[in-house]
Amino acid sequence: MSLNSFWFVIIAVLWIGYFILEGFDFGVGILLPVVAKNQAERRAVLTTLGPLWDGNEVWLLVAGGATFAAFPEWYATLFSGFYLPLFLILISLIVRGVAFEYRSKYGSEKWRSRWDLAITVASFLPALLWGVAFANIVRGVPLTKVSAGYIQYSGGFWNLLNPYALLGGLTTLSLFVSHGAFFLALKTDGEIRVRANKLGQRVGLVTALLAVLFLGWTLLGLTSKGGVIAGSVVVVVAWLTALAANAKGREGYAFLFSAIATAAVVITLFTGLYPNVMPNLTAGGPGLNIFNASSTHYTLGVMTWVAVIMTPIVLLYQGWSYWIFRKRINPSQISSPEVGVLDTVH
Amino acid sequence: MSALDLARWQFGITTVYHFIFVPITIGSGFLVAGLQTAWYRTNKDKYLRATKFFGKLFLINFAIGVVTGIVQEFQFGMNWSSYSRFVGDIFGAPLAMEGLLAFFLESTFLGIWIFGWDRLPKKLHLASIWIAATGTLLSAYFILAANAFMQHPVGYVLNGTRGRAELTSIFKVLTNSTAVAAFFHTIPSAFLTAGALFAAVGAWMIFHNKDAEVAKPALKIGLITVLISFVLVAVSGDTTARLMTTQQPMKMAAAEAVYNTKTNVPFSLLTIGTLNGSKSVFQIGLPSVLSFMATGNVNGTVEGVNNLEKSYEQKYGAGNYTPNIPFAYWSFRLMIGFGALAALISFLALLFIRQGRFPRKRWFVRSMVVLPFLPILANSFGWIFTESARQPWVVFGLFKTSAGVSPGVSAASVLFTMVVFTLLYGVLAVIEFGLIMRTIKVGPEKTKEVSANSDTLTMAY
Ligand code: HDD
Ligand code: HEM
Ligand code: HEM
Repeated sequence: MSLNSFWFVIIAVLWIGYFILEGFDFGVGILLPVVAKNQAERRAVLTTLGPLWDGNEVWLLVAGGATFAAFPEWYATLFSGFYLPLFLILISLIVRGVAFEYRSKYGSEKWRSRWDLAITVASFLPALLWGVAFANIVRGVPLTKVSAGYIQYSGGFWNLLNPYALLGGLTTLSLFVSHGAFFLALKTDGEIRVRANKLGQRVGLVTALLAVLFLGWTLLGLTSKGGVIAGSVVVVVAWLTALAANAKGREGYAFLFSAIATAAVVITLFTGLYPNVMPNLTAGGPGLNIFNASSTHYTLGVMTWVAVIMTPIVLLYQGWSYWIFRKRINPSQISSPEVGVLDTVH
Repeated sequence: MSALDLARWQFGITTVYHFIFVPITIGSGFLVAGLQTAWYRTNKDKYLRATKFFGKLFLINFAIGVVTGIVQEFQFGMNWSSYSRFVGDIFGAPLAMEGLLAFFLESTFLGIWIFGWDRLPKKLHLASIWIAATGTLLSAYFILAANAFMQHPVGYVLNGTRGRAELTSIFKVLTNSTAVAAFFHTIPSAFLTAGALFAAVGAWMIFHNKDAEVAKPALKIGLITVLISFVLVAVSGDTTARLMTTQQPMKMAAAEAVYNTKTNVPFSLLTIGTLNGSKSVFQIGLPSVLSFMATGNVNGTVEGVNNLEKSYEQKYGAGNYTPNIPFAYWSFRLMIGFGALAALISFLALLFIRQGRFPRKRWFVRSMVVLPFLPILANSFGWIFTESARQPWVVFGLFKTSAGVSPGVSAASVLFTMVVFTLLYGVLAVIEFGLIMRTIKVGPEKTKEVSANSDTLTMAY
């Protein structure tokens, strides 16, 4: 395998990590008002994310940084092209991160319900927009070669909201919501667990439908279909297994298989893309691929060493942190849920 | 305003804002780790309370540091795509390394630290804050190495056909003398900032009769940290200045408003230039100090702006290679001035609190409360100087700022995002400031007896 292909795979791996991990974060954030009926429950739900969400988000930062290092042309064209959607994602990630940390500082109902709303909206937007962005990349976008020699996005904002991309957005949204529900069913106890289990099943069926439509539509646009068909089969089988496990109350398996299905979605999309990284919407037009978008062989080599050594280490200690916080959280464990840490002067 | 000007404003605003929180995170991470180590060693209750109390302040600050950092990471591609194309082969590597080596470490181990009080053996829990703090140092090093390439490009070759700079030695990029100097200047600045914050919180608490057991050590540790850090900052600043003179002579000339090449140059305390900025008309200065600062020799020659401008025009073609001189001159002085003022106040305060005394005077507390704002300003002016006196270059000698902006992004888009970021950042600043003040008013918790129901989570969102 050439280093260029290897880095294409690494970027895919980083997005897989990101979608599996922050995917359930987003799902939990969106479900917050539905699965939790009182303060203790809401705090229990958020506490399942407490030690994990920031580490999950770093997968995105590394995916961005790695794209910059390995495929600078891709990074430059993508980030300047998808300007407003990325801006909305950024705003959401800012608000969400702050909301998690600050919402329980005071007991006031107003303070808390505002932050909770912020968490829900700021989880909803990226869950939708990441799907829109990826669907557009796979579909191809309007690109032009400018006189300076590089390839630039020339589609504007509304072009990104085409029906195929919106379907992609709904698919990731629904996928993350069910994935988040399975996570909650695995990590909580009592009423929340029951509700999450039911919601996971219902939204999971919608996800199945959306995923089949989305992957089917993806297939229509491709010339070499083999990889995508195989990937789609894995997605569907893994997803049905997750639903079956959830129906039986086997939460661990439900979560594991929804994670596998999420990974398979990313793999399928990247397979459909390869060897392009940003194809042109018009067949035959200038586009970016793993060769004309990449860094030099030397840089790819340096980064390969870094990635090959560091990724397993990161997986090891991040996995360990999941192990430390493996216990289920019960709302009864939250002492005086109505009181904020800053309410009483000591 | 053009998309270029707006993108510059946006970068300046978001980065300076990010860097308000960064030094506090770096410095207080280590100070909190130190407090927890004191508790681990002595088992004294006051150290545990201090750890948890300052830990709370640290985390409120950390949250904003994290979310504003994400914007920085995306901004290169969004607003500066031509710049990203030009330097990506080099610049992307330290950025990706920062994520893989530092951000994962910081975020994971800080998560473990916050929520792990009752889940981990004491020793492992203590290790987690030290690891997270080390992560902040790594993060600082990699990003400063990336920035150092912009100040003093090394380890690259220009590829004319692809119109970009390409990496030839990652070792040279990561051991760039400019990066090492910036690291040893920026890290003590971070400690200075955090020390000032600790001192201010301590003094305020003592004045308002809160938990003196926590407040007294905080005040003292804070003041001593400020003083030690200032010495280190001054020494490394001196080294940095010498490097800068060889690597970016125009920046030194601008910092000092030296218009014409001279020897035995004084360090200017005040220079008034003509309106068009081409020469100085009035100057008060410390004799020969600048020559010494820039070259290590009181008789050293300092090149002047006008001479440099001419030689750059010969070297790089027609154009304007002079940064905004009054801006550079004043930001350089304000950096040093605010830092020195913080050190002076801390020194006097240490004299006042000798032998456990504490002057219960309004002027004393007031000056202590102002203290943390001084290094924050010094940090901001330091960066504003470093970045703006490099202009018109974004990568010195290689690539102009004006060529770096995203060609496909309209001025309206940049304006819109800039306004929203600025408003959002403003709101967050108000909220964060309120929370910090409130946390200080609430004061350290009394250590609770471990409740009989040990199932209760000690930390929950
Ligand atoms: C000298 C240190 C320094 C400097 C110059 C910068 N940062 Fe920073 N950054 C940090 C030191 C730091 C830190 C200490 O590591 C932070 C601050 C608060 C925090 O949580 O980590 C951080 C957070 C932080 C994060 C969030 C990490 C997370 O989720 O844990 C990102 C993505 C960036 N930064 C990116 C940048 C970029 C792209 C910069 C260049 C313009 C930049 N920072 C300047
Ligand atoms: C690795 C870290 C950094 C990188 C890569 C970087 C990069 C850049 C870039 C690309 C610009 C745009 C060119 C311009 O507008 O002049 C810029 C400008 C600027 N940066 Fe930095 N910067 C870094 C760190 C910082 C930090 C930490 C600060 C301060 C907190 C800072 C302050 C500024 C300011 C104030 C400007 C505007 C200068 C002007 O336009 O005159 N930078 N920097
Ligand atoms: C005491 C005398 C000081 C001297 C001689 C000094 C010198 C310098 C110089 C020459 C630079 C520019 C480096 C470059 O552009 O390559 C710089 C940058 C900077 N200074 Fe200072 N400085 C001093 C004090 C301070 C203080 C007190 C602080 C903050 C508390 C501070 C914070 C900074 C920061 C954050 C930067 C930008 C980062 C960097 O380029 O290293 N400095 N300083």
